[in-house]
Amino acid sequence: MSIAAIIANNRFGLGARPGDPDRRDDPRGWLLEQVRARAKPEPAVRELPHSSEVLTAIQALRREQRESSTAAARTPDIVQRYGRVVRSHYLEQATARYAAAAATDRPFCERLVHFWANHFAVSADKQPIPAIAGLFENEAIRPNVTGKFADLLLAAERHPAMLLYLDNVQSIGPGSKLGKIARRRGRRSLGLNENLAREILELHTLGVDGGYSQNDVSTLAEAITGWSIGGAGERGRFADGTPGTFEFREAIHEPGAKTVLGKRYAEGGLDQGVAILRDLGAHPATARHLCTKLVCHFVADDPPTGLVDRLSAAWLDNDGELLPVYEALVNATEAWNDTNRKYKSPHDFVVSTLRALDRVPDDSRFVVNALDLMGQTPWRPGSPAGWPDTAAEWGGADSLYKRIEWSHSVARFAGSRVDPVALGDAVLGSSFSDHSRRWISRAESRMQGLTLLLASPDFQRR
Amino acid sequence: MLTRRQALKRLAAGSALAVAPGLALAGAETEARFVLVILRGAADGLAIAAPYADPDYSEQRGELALPRPGAGDGVLDLDGFFGLHPRLNSTYELYRAGQARILHAVASPYRERSHFDGQDVLENGGSRAGALRDGWLNRALKPLGGAVGDEAAIALAANTPLVLRGAQSTTSWAPSRLPETDADTLERLEILYREDAFFGERLAQAMNSQEAAGDLDAGGKRRGIRGARLLTENLRLAASFLTAAGGLRIAVVEAGGWDTHANQGATDGTLANQLAALDDGLDALRSGLGQAWSRTAVAVVTEFGRTVSVNGTRGTDHGTASAALLLGGAVDGGKVTADWPGLGRRALYEGRDLEPTMDLRSVFKAILSDHLEVSARYVEREVFPDSGAATPTKELFRS
Repeated sequence: MSIAAIIANNRFGLGARPGDPDRRDDPRGWLLEQVRARAKPEPAVRELPHSSEVLTAIQALRREQRESSTAAARTPDIVQRYGRVVRSHYLEQATARYAAAAATDRPFCERLVHFWANHFAVSADKQPIPAIAGLFENEAIRPNVTGKFADLLLAAERHPAMLLYLDNVQSIGPGSKLGKIARRRGRRSLGLNENLAREILELHTLGVDGGYSQNDVSTLAEAITGWSIGGAGERGRFADGTPGTFEFREAIHEPGAKTVLGKRYAEGGLDQGVAILRDLGAHPATARHLCTKLVCHFVADDPPTGLVDRLSAAWLDNDGELLPVYEALVNATEAWNDTNRKYKSPHDFVVSTLRALDRVPDDSRFVVNALDLMGQTPWRPGSPAGWPDTAAEWGGADSLYKRIEWSHSVARFAGSRVDPVALGDAVLGSSFSDHSRRWISRAESRMQGLTLLLASPDFQRR
Repeated sequence: MLTRRQALKRLAAGSALAVAPGLALAGAETEARFVLVILRGAADGLAIAAPYADPDYSEQRGELALPRPGAGDGVLDLDGFFGLHPRLNSTYELYRAGQARILHAVASPYRERSHFDGQDVLENGGSRAGALRDGWLNRALKPLGGAVGDEAAIALAANTPLVLRGAQSTTSWAPSRLPETDADTLERLEILYREDAFFGERLAQAMNSQEAAGDLDAGGKRRGIRGARLLTENLRLAASFLTAAGGLRIAVVEAGGWDTHANQGATDGTLANQLAALDDGLDALRSGLGQAWSRTAVAVVTEFGRTVSVNGTRGTDHGTASAALLLGGAVDGGKVTADWPGLGRRALYEGRDLEPTMDLRSVFKAILSDHLEVSARYVEREVFPDSGAATPTKELFRS
């Protein structure tokens, strides 16, 4: 494969497959076709249940658990059952995700889905996120990666997974109907929680240097009080609304006009928060923050300023439409420079291995366990900042050692069927160095050769 | 053919040729050890060490106020004013034995409320996020020796946290459940990586931690350990590395789960469970280090504190000053160090947080110069540049 085709496949895509057509003539066109076409979701993720079903079922289990614990002794069976149910949802969604990644013919799109799901990270270390993290990716992120950023933003912030993860479900306006009643009754514990509002400003839109104040955080938190979920809450409050879906609750919404970043927003219930988020989505600081992240992900750990400027301009000129930003990225000469290659994240490494070996997993445990060992458990970054994106952060000595051990494990079952040098030629093309090629060709067995290929610097970079 | 262990040893040693023989004597019990524990997510200092005698404490903390000493599940009295959280039993025993110092109203120079920037400042050692691209503990390693394949410092994680990243070679380790890779393949990889320093160095570093780990993986005991208990386990393992043959004498352990925005709990609940796991881990570290404990310092720190008042969801939001713990046989303990600003409404930072009165860099500087014996001049110039106002805390260690 030509170097441009290799870059299109490995840097923008999820890794070349041995049978992939060369696309020597127009690798850029191939990438842009993927984001311009309105295609159906990948087959592997189409059959997943909706998060509202899963949440409703889980809430029922929780209730049962709580009731049994208030009764006599809590039966260990129920606790275990909850864990098992959550785990099986998590694995089902991970299987769908990695099967889609391994099989897709639109790997640039799929990479964008992973990128934005990580940008709007929810983490499976808090319940019930492991049961719905993949559904969040599927429902809030996947349909919106090629549209307008503000729509993606709104879909992410209004999804039950985000509202639960960053505690907005329980945030109550002190001046709302319910807030006032609570205060009269001396319930100091009912009130505002600013967790989601802070992360919207700091992580999801403007960025930490985006020029907002503590006051903006608190005011935005007030504006999005009432952004909640239908069906009974944890303590049996809020039985109204469609269970497990977004529900605006006027009774806990802080009334009144709000001023965020110097702009006044009249009282408007749900629409007030929506208007603020739409403005945040089109803000120059948001454009800059997100274009820096995109360039860091696709081009270099130290994003070239000129390219970030060009992408930001495309963002602002097109009112936050993402397609023109992707076009500017794909058309940038900096992105096709072979000297500045990225060290793959563990996720990239595992996905590109599946693709190189043409293996579509039907059980994700092998993948989940591998990523867990390398320090990147799927949908579990441990914080709303998501996974990092640079070699400095993925470059732990032990993490490389785990990649070697996993390469060895993979080679133990796939190695005998694969000619490692031919595979290297097929998926690395002209980026396969003579030095690596020579030492892989001298391996004592095909199995050892495949271990060396997967662990080689050539394959570990994109 | 070589056994895997022999090959590991050879590979590790081969890449450490630059080290003069005899330099790497850290295995000796007399060598000072240091363990840095980073609690990520902003641990609540007012719960770690409660100022129970502060006149505003009960009112301001509301349902999160801990019972007074002597009351059922009350705080463990330190000095008549502060009390340790009742789940910190082992820490309290160390305090009573003169081996734990509590530092309060401490903070890094960071004054905003982003976890990620807060952790960046805590770890880069500068005065703002992004001020330095490497970690302060990495810079401090330069005069402490160590080389590629014979490192002085290890992170108990697959990937290395910022505080330990930089020009000096460090290693990292996390347990594996994968079959061992044979020695021959590892040797060939070493050749394959010769033309790429990024990979070559990391393989040599990994060989060093694999060698030091010995049989830690045997039995796969750690399978499935998650959440707070992972901190306990990592502290236990840190002791193994710091007593193994070889040059390792500094370890970094990190743990999340401290961002208690909702249902924080007081004597029981989320935060109490986290503290119990920390306490058990510190106890395991102490017993695992054996004789070496007498020359050890352990610092437990977090990026910032939490709001003094309870928020609307029975938790606390991001705040400013917090508490830190300094433990170990080398520590002059049994004391609380705090220039207490008070909890009255007017005393609070921006009307909501504990006001910081001590710079964490002062504590770090004292650890480096008084405990690890890095020259004060080097610490001042290279490790914590731009920190003149933060003078090293005096008399933290036994002389």
